[in-house]
Amino acid sequence: MRLIYSKIEQKTGEGTVGLLPEEPEDMWHIYNLIQEKDIVRARAVRRISKITEFGPTSSQRVAFDLEVAVLATDFDIGSGQLHVIGRVAEQNEHAKMGAHHTLDLELNRKFHLTKADGWDSVALQMLREACDVDRRAELWAVVLGPGTANICIITEHQTILKQHIEVPVSRKRRGGVDSHTKGMEKFFSTTLATLLRQMDLTGTSAAKLGKTLPLLLASPGFVAQSFLQHIKDEATRTTNKPLLALIPSIVVAHSSSEHIHALSDILSSPTIASKLSDTKYARETALMDQFTTLMRHDDGRAWYGPREVERAVDKGGVGRGGGVLMISNALFRAQDVDERRRWVKLVDRVRDIEGGEVRVFSSLHESGKRLEGLGNIAAILTYPIEDLDDEDGDLDEGDQEGDMII
Amino acid sequence: MPPKSGFSRTRNIDYDDDDAYDDDYYGEEEAEAETTADDKEQMRLGTIRVREALGEFEAGVGDSQIHEALWHYYYDVGKSVTYLKNQLGGVQPPRDAPAPKKEKAMSKFDQAASAAVQKAPIPAGTTPKKKRNPTANTEKLAQSVGNLTVDEPRVKSKNLNVVDEFEKSGMKRMANFVVVGHVDHGKSTLMGRLLYDLKVIDQRSIDKLRKEAENIGKSSFALAWVMDETSEERSRGITVDIATNYFQTDRTRFTILDAPGHKDFIPNMISGSSQADFPVLVIDASTNGFESGLKGQTKEHILIARSMGMQHIIVAVNKMDTIAWSKSRFDEISKRMTTFLTDASFLEKRITFIPLAGLTGENVVKKVDHPAADWYTGETLLEALERVDLPQRNLQKALRLSVADVFRGDMRSPLSISGRIESGTIQVGDVILALPANETATVKAIEIEDEPVDWAVAGQIPTLHLADIDPVHLRQGDIVCPVNAPVKLVKAFSSKLLAFEHVLPCPVEVFRSTLSSPGSVRTLSAKLNKFTGEVVKKRPRIIKPGEVARVVVVLERELPIEEGMRVVIRERGRTIGAGLMEHVA
Ligand SMILES: Nc1nc2c(ncn2[C@@H]2O[C@H](COP(=O)(O)OP(=O)(O)OP(=O)(O)O)[C@@H](O)[C@H]2O)c(=O)[nH]1
Ligand SMILES: [Mg+2]
Repeated sequence: MRLIYSKIEQKTGEGTVGLLPEEPEDMWHIYNLIQEKDIVRARAVRRISKITEFGPTSSQRVAFDLEVAVLATDFDIGSGQLHVIGRVAEQNEHAKMGAHHTLDLELNRKFHLTKADGWDSVALQMLREACDVDRRAELWAVVLGPGTANICIITEHQTILKQHIEVPVSRKRRGGVDSHTKGMEKFFSTTLATLLRQMDLTGTSAAKLGKTLPLLLASPGFVAQSFLQHIKDEATRTTNKPLLALIPSIVVAHSSSEHIHALSDILSSPTIASKLSDTKYARETALMDQFTTLMRHDDGRAWYGPREVERAVDKGGVGRGGGVLMISNALFRAQDVDERRRWVKLVDRVRDIEGGEVRVFSSLHESGKRLEGLGNIAAILTYPIEDLDDEDGDLDEGDQEGDMII
Repeated sequence: MPPKSGFSRTRNIDYDDDDAYDDDYYGEEEAEAETTADDKEQMRLGTIRVREALGEFEAGVGDSQIHEALWHYYYDVGKSVTYLKNQLGGVQPPRDAPAPKKEKAMSKFDQAASAAVQKAPIPAGTTPKKKRNPTANTEKLAQSVGNLTVDEPRVKSKNLNVVDEFEKSGMKRMANFVVVGHVDHGKSTLMGRLLYDLKVIDQRSIDKLRKEAENIGKSSFALAWVMDETSEERSRGITVDIATNYFQTDRTRFTILDAPGHKDFIPNMISGSSQADFPVLVIDASTNGFESGLKGQTKEHILIARSMGMQHIIVAVNKMDTIAWSKSRFDEISKRMTTFLTDASFLEKRITFIPLAGLTGENVVKKVDHPAADWYTGETLLEALERVDLPQRNLQKALRLSVADVFRGDMRSPLSISGRIESGTIQVGDVILALPANETATVKAIEIEDEPVDWAVAGQIPTLHLADIDPVHLRQGDIVCPVNAPVKLVKAFSSKLLAFEHVLPCPVEVFRSTLSSPGSVRTLSAKLNKFTGEVVKKRPRIIKPGEVARVVVVLERELPIEEGMRVVIRERGRTIGAGLMEHVA
């Protein structure tokens, strides 16, 4: 994303920025930046019908700059479309003050954003990340099992499911494995055709960027390997140049299932991480793993949930020397301003006062989804603290004999 | 109606001149052509005995009918006599008697076949026909064929009281067992051996497999190839998906579900286990074999089987040949496994250990004959199988069938499904409801063990040929139930869960018999007392292995799951717990 200008008051954080989204992922950043009550100014289009004495005759599209105070945002992950619903904040000849209007923010269209509550540290950090022009890691991934495939694109901040494929493949049956084999062939060819359409190897986008994104194939068992073999066979058979060129950038990996959430373990495996450039995803995943390992050892250094983590920070447990606060960006999208302030304060405290590490997880990555299950927030502490959940301890289980209830 | 392989039909022609070998001799497809000399002798003696026993009825019965009955009852004279008497008395014959096979059109083959049809036992529910008029017969044939073609809109239900039919049929016990255990411990080989020694697989087929296996340098896998049929399984020497096969003993009709041992294929193993009554656990007794299994899938398989509600277990301590039938090794393995199994709440008296060697066949069907194995005087695997107590079947409850496979099983049927009937009964002509699609279908034909039947009951694993439904509406894991007693679709449910590993709220895979779906453990509601079910701690932050807890599970989308159904929860390739669906959350 291009930062066209930035007029932010250092001290108060008040101010406005002009932004130009250039890549699909930028829409995700914008979605995370815009809060309720913020002021967004962008080009709006309205259909104006002229009313004559004979009734409405001509209708005309007019474009004009419009400023709205945000009521809500609506983001479609798949298409990257972001609709900003608000009330007109600046009267003009086409729009009445206070009237509802929806602005559609689009790629390559600039807009202006004024934070109602000022630019806090989290918002500024997001802005910095969004405008970081460094080449971002990006890859395609197909997670598959017999008859099911999920085609995704993984960017630094998002895992986007582009297409879910299901082709009925009958299972092996006594005395007849033909229909299984045929089903698998059909499944592979459907998956490959869909993948190629999605990747658009010959299309303008690839040509423009002049790069081939790596492709990760992952499955339990041998399906991914068989699929790679199918791709190779197809490439040779059809002498499809772009496809042949793709083959060297394919990586095959093992996954525990054919579901997308299996991506989190694939990308955290060292072999894959070393083959693909180190993404935010991989780092987040590694942290989640470290966290769950501590949890399993019943180590008081791992806590999750809003209250528990706040208490841990209060007690100085998430500071210098290994303290990590993991927080999902979903919490910063809170409708309630106070709620957002609560989390920004916590982040600021850990980073600036306690000296701990803060990781804002993307709720669109699988690691973010795992964090979501834990209440969107978790922490690795520098030393064990017990009973942060201050529930009553275990009631006496009483050594009973007999049949289990399960 | 099953598709008949060209082979079968040819065989039919071969035996055209012999009354005894008509079209219905398909009990075991693998038994292939030859009726052995042994069989012939048994048949001859049996016929004489049946005639004796029939007494006054004897005159009305043709040799072919007697042969038929004997064949289907495995030369059990008593049962054959009852069947024949019932038939003469106008009572319905047992369902074991297959309906005559029919073909679409009267090809040359079929004309030959029709001769056989005349002599075939009367299909259940029809009155014996006296007519010998060939034209009439042909007509009847065409008629019944008509009932089965796609364009015929309605399949008539015979409106049988299936529970009564089942009770009257005097059917053998039906047992489905799943063969589990760590990868390469010899599950498929053992089953190949069992089928071979029972002559379900004939020598010729085995020889063929031996040669093929040798050709790719995998000769030790020849017996496993009986089960491992896909080229991938064969080239890699590993089972990927459940293989099903059948055999019967005097008392019992068995269905084998040979599970894969590799951890990647546990979803298939779960699907197979959900269709079984009890597990046969195979353990490699060889040096390090047993130990690597303990680190691997041995325990996970046991816990899954147990969580499916299975109570009996046969432990096949395999590859005893590699350790010279060492008694101390066998004892050591038995001891350690008993501890683990009883911890997993199998009762000690329901655990059977058998030292055996699948590759060579000792103690499988034949008793071991090896000086080093003198110490063992117990059962063979087959004997132990025959002795296992089987669970009660829920015939009276509403139909529940979890779809294990969807395929095109018959040219004339656009869609066939198979799966175990969990509860209830089903008959040809029934209209069923497929969930979650919520679409109805008509049951056009039913097959059990590749034989057409009129009905099927809980505990059996039938193939249903369906009409009036688009294939897109059915997939593995769907539930088939009566239209008037559907299973609710559920998005989130509370479950009593026994943790095998640490459980945290996280994305998981949820398994319910043959169904698997992405989902998540959303809330750890409470830790429970294992034995009383009382709440021990509310909102625990983690559940440790061995603990029982109430958790809320959320599915990716609404799926058919109802109270009391068993679920298995896996995370990142490990089974973290299993339990019971309690209620919608
Ligand atoms: N010596 C010896 N080898 C055996 C015996 N049973 C099996 N094997 C060998 O063990 C290997 C694995 O056998 P399989 O039957 O494929 O094992 P499996 O348990 O079905 O393996 P998966 O289905 O892939 O988990 C083969 O090479 C067999 O020949 C036995 O009783 N003795
Ligand atoms: Mg096997």
